[in-house]
Amino acid sequence: MGSPVNRDDIARLATDFYSLLESFKQTPFYHLIFEIFLILTVLWLVCFRKPRPIAKKLTEKEKQELIDEWQPEPLVPPVDTNHPALNVRVLDGIVGKTIEIDGRKSLNFATFNFLNFVGNQRIADKAIQAVQKYGVGSCGPRGFYGTIDIHLELEERLARFFNFEEGIIYSYGFSTIASIIPAYSKRNDILFVDEGIHYAIQKGVEASRSTVKWFRHNDINDLERLLAEQDKHDKKNPKKASTIRRFLIIEGLYMNYGDICPLPRMVELKYKYKYRIFMDESVSFGTIGQTGRGVTEYHNVDRQKIDLISSTLEYSVGSIGGFAVGSSFVIDHQRLSAQGYCFSASLPPLLAAAAIEALNIMDEENSGLFETLMDKSKRLHKKLLDIKGYRVLGEDISPLKHLSLANSLNTIGRLEYIVEFAQTRGITITIARYLNDEHHLPEPSIRLILNVEMTDEELEFLCTVLQEALVKVTA
Amino acid sequence: MTKNKLSSNDNYTTPVAEHPSLEEVYEATPFSEAFWTYVNYIILNIFGWFRDFLRKTRIENRKGSAENNPPGFVPLYQSYESFYTRNVYQRIADCFNRPIGSVPGGKLDLLERVTDDYNWSFKFTGDKITKINLGSYNYLGFANNNGQIANNVINSIKTNGVATASTTQEFGTLIQHRKLESLLARFLGTEDAVAFGMGFATNALNIPSIVGKGCLILSDELNHTSLVLGSRLSCATIKVYRHNDMEHLERLLREAIVSGQSRTHRPWRKILVIVEGVYSMEGSLCKLPELIELKKKYKAYLYLDEAHSIGAMGSHGRGVVDYWKCDVNDVDILMGTFTKSFAAAGGYIAGKKELIDHIRVSSHAAAYATSMSPPVIEQIVSVLNLLIDENEEHEGRKRINQLAWNTSYFRQRLSKMGFIVYGHPHSPVVPALLYSPSKIAAFNREMLKRGVAVVTVGFPATPLVLGRVRFCLSASHTKEMLDEVLKYAEEVGDLLNMRQSKLNPKKSFHETEF
Repeated sequence: MGSPVNRDDIARLATDFYSLLESFKQTPFYHLIFEIFLILTVLWLVCFRKPRPIAKKLTEKEKQELIDEWQPEPLVPPVDTNHPALNVRVLDGIVGKTIEIDGRKSLNFATFNFLNFVGNQRIADKAIQAVQKYGVGSCGPRGFYGTIDIHLELEERLARFFNFEEGIIYSYGFSTIASIIPAYSKRNDILFVDEGIHYAIQKGVEASRSTVKWFRHNDINDLERLLAEQDKHDKKNPKKASTIRRFLIIEGLYMNYGDICPLPRMVELKYKYKYRIFMDESVSFGTIGQTGRGVTEYHNVDRQKIDLISSTLEYSVGSIGGFAVGSSFVIDHQRLSAQGYCFSASLPPLLAAAAIEALNIMDEENSGLFETLMDKSKRLHKKLLDIKGYRVLGEDISPLKHLSLANSLNTIGRLEYIVEFAQTRGITITIARYLNDEHHLPEPSIRLILNVEMTDEELEFLCTVLQEALVKVTA
Repeated sequence: MTKNKLSSNDNYTTPVAEHPSLEEVYEATPFSEAFWTYVNYIILNIFGWFRDFLRKTRIENRKGSAENNPPGFVPLYQSYESFYTRNVYQRIADCFNRPIGSVPGGKLDLLERVTDDYNWSFKFTGDKITKINLGSYNYLGFANNNGQIANNVINSIKTNGVATASTTQEFGTLIQHRKLESLLARFLGTEDAVAFGMGFATNALNIPSIVGKGCLILSDELNHTSLVLGSRLSCATIKVYRHNDMEHLERLLREAIVSGQSRTHRPWRKILVIVEGVYSMEGSLCKLPELIELKKKYKAYLYLDEAHSIGAMGSHGRGVVDYWKCDVNDVDILMGTFTKSFAAAGGYIAGKKELIDHIRVSSHAAAYATSMSPPVIEQIVSVLNLLIDENEEHEGRKRINQLAWNTSYFRQRLSKMGFIVYGHPHSPVVPALLYSPSKIAAFNREMLKRGVAVVTVGFPATPLVLGRVRFCLSASHTKEMLDEVLKYAEEVGDLLNMRQSKLNPKKSFHETEF
């Protein structure tokens, strides 16, 4: 029977319930809201909240086990001993118009010796004088007694050559453009970059941590499309847009393709979309234009419209190092912000002296050096096209050309065969070597470089050998 | 042309015996110095804001160059970025970038320049003045424009030209390059070595080919910019440990191995510890024996940058490995530069043959940068031949011993005179603390008036309140030159109230004679 729930209990319960309801009516409104909120929170915590996993702490013993078990990878991956970089030709003497390989002289179409300044007597004499005055090393960075008067002279000569206000020199060609770009372009800025730029510029772009927009190589329409997109984006947020700097990074003459950038249209777009142009003229300095002043001369564009021109002293000038020229407003900034300039020792004086003498030779009136070079390049281009079987990349006036075979035939193996065959006949050419992490790896090709002192017969001989090689390799 | 003479003290006695375990002492900053330095910065800032205001409202003419693009372009520089440059650096700009017109040897010829507009622009008077040179990194005194080495260099220009205009992987490798590399490996005691044309680029372009994504780099706080750039370009994770703090390093190593990569917790592919032999701003040495012990215990790899220590440290001039008498095979990657002790240009990496082969194949510099200039190689090879020669009577050994003697002598006397000196007792880089930016300028200018060219550095190369003067000793300094410098340092030190060391209460120049 149990304990009966008698009528008294029920009455008591009812009264309690009734008084509860009464007290509800009497409590202030906010109190009710607060209580309801608390009840809902508790319900949510109980039903919906995922339980947070309690982090289990590792014991010292477990940590030591992990440490003992961990095995790192070997420091470097195994390397194929047949890799071409481990089997380079070791040369002797001057790497000039001819080089001695396997005991015989061969014509050199492989090194960036456009104006044949490597081994030039006048340049060597000036370098010797510099050693006798300054020794070899400068023993310090530019900020701490590493600035030698010969550096200032070279900077002034370079600025004068290009008719700009100021120049700045670096001690290594690769580091020049790789230090310049990060000095101006920071995390929030935008870089419009041609896909075909060479590796050093890619490293500069990477080091800047800016937003990068790649456009198809030399495709001005693709660039316009990107610019228009960015412009639309800017109009939505003009305040933010006014803090973002924009730069166009291009080369005058592309090392990987041999063609020239469409500069006039790019300058027009500069004023329309308000970006700054940084042009790298490593290959076109000293090779293109009536007086060797590069692509601005060739296209007849006002050089002052280009914000910065950078180049190297290692190709046509035949020394070591790099430089940039522009207005003082732009160039002076690098003296405190470019890492490769501030934190590195300055260029050895003998190399600066060699560069100055090279500029002297380039400046000489009536030397006809550059016209000859462009002329010979045109003739070589025609002769190469006449061979019929090679694809010839590059402008006709460019002294740097890329040779490859027709589509399906174009493999590194076949090109290496051509190179080796040419060597046995006394012609030195090279395959363009790239690392695998290039942004846009070019097709395999032979990079042909014309030396201004090559005679017509020698060019003819080159084409004959290339023809023979073609026959053999397609057989 | 004066020949660089070694000291006439041919029977010197080393004031301090060769104890490779000497303690480094870093005296605490005196409170008054810190206080006045902050006051100094505050005053500079106030003046800076005031002058910027005047420039903005065109009451004062803007000096310096201006943008030549039409309006509408986003300004090229942030205005706050250049605040420090315009208002602090520009005031003392005459202390930096001083052009010289001679060999940067024990003495140098400074091109005299004057400024009419408070350092915004300079004009050369055309005069050259000789000063004692304590600023160039010429540790063994091989910066020379005559003698056997210079003749070798000149011959090399005649036989090989000035440059090769080709990359190392194409046609830029000459017999000289191979000779340099094998001689270098012999000198250092490693299996193989590879050399590049620029020291900065050696770090920046080769670290990415050794480590990559999924690797961990543990880098000392005070590492050089080139190491930091190389580490960033490699896309590895970077963790920084306090300068020379081995306990912090060990803790980071343990944590790293136990917890793995952040987020995924996968184990790290490799751990690389990057240190320098001698740190050029502090003058301190890395603690190599402890580092090697840690590296072996935790299976990490060690990258040692001997930019300032190769040739300058160690009884045989072979760097900190030689100094600490460690086994060179324990250091996985030895890196160094030729700019300092060798008075040339360039950098190298040395180590096991597999490492060097890998670098030859995958280094950015080997594939895309032109090879080293032959006369520069000749300079390095000639110096290496002298250093390898163990004969005590010969040039190489003499210079190494002279540098060691100069270092001990100068450091001892300087600290006894009451200057607060940082760094290891055997390091040829001697920083003496100045603290405030005004003293940096004053010390520099006063010493220059007395005929000594020194290097003074402040923020941002050093912490905000720790401005300093950094003396770089050389084997081409004679005892007489050092005495002269110490005398002038005493004078200027009194003028600027620098001699505040509590550990070595100040004594006069003559009291510290020994």
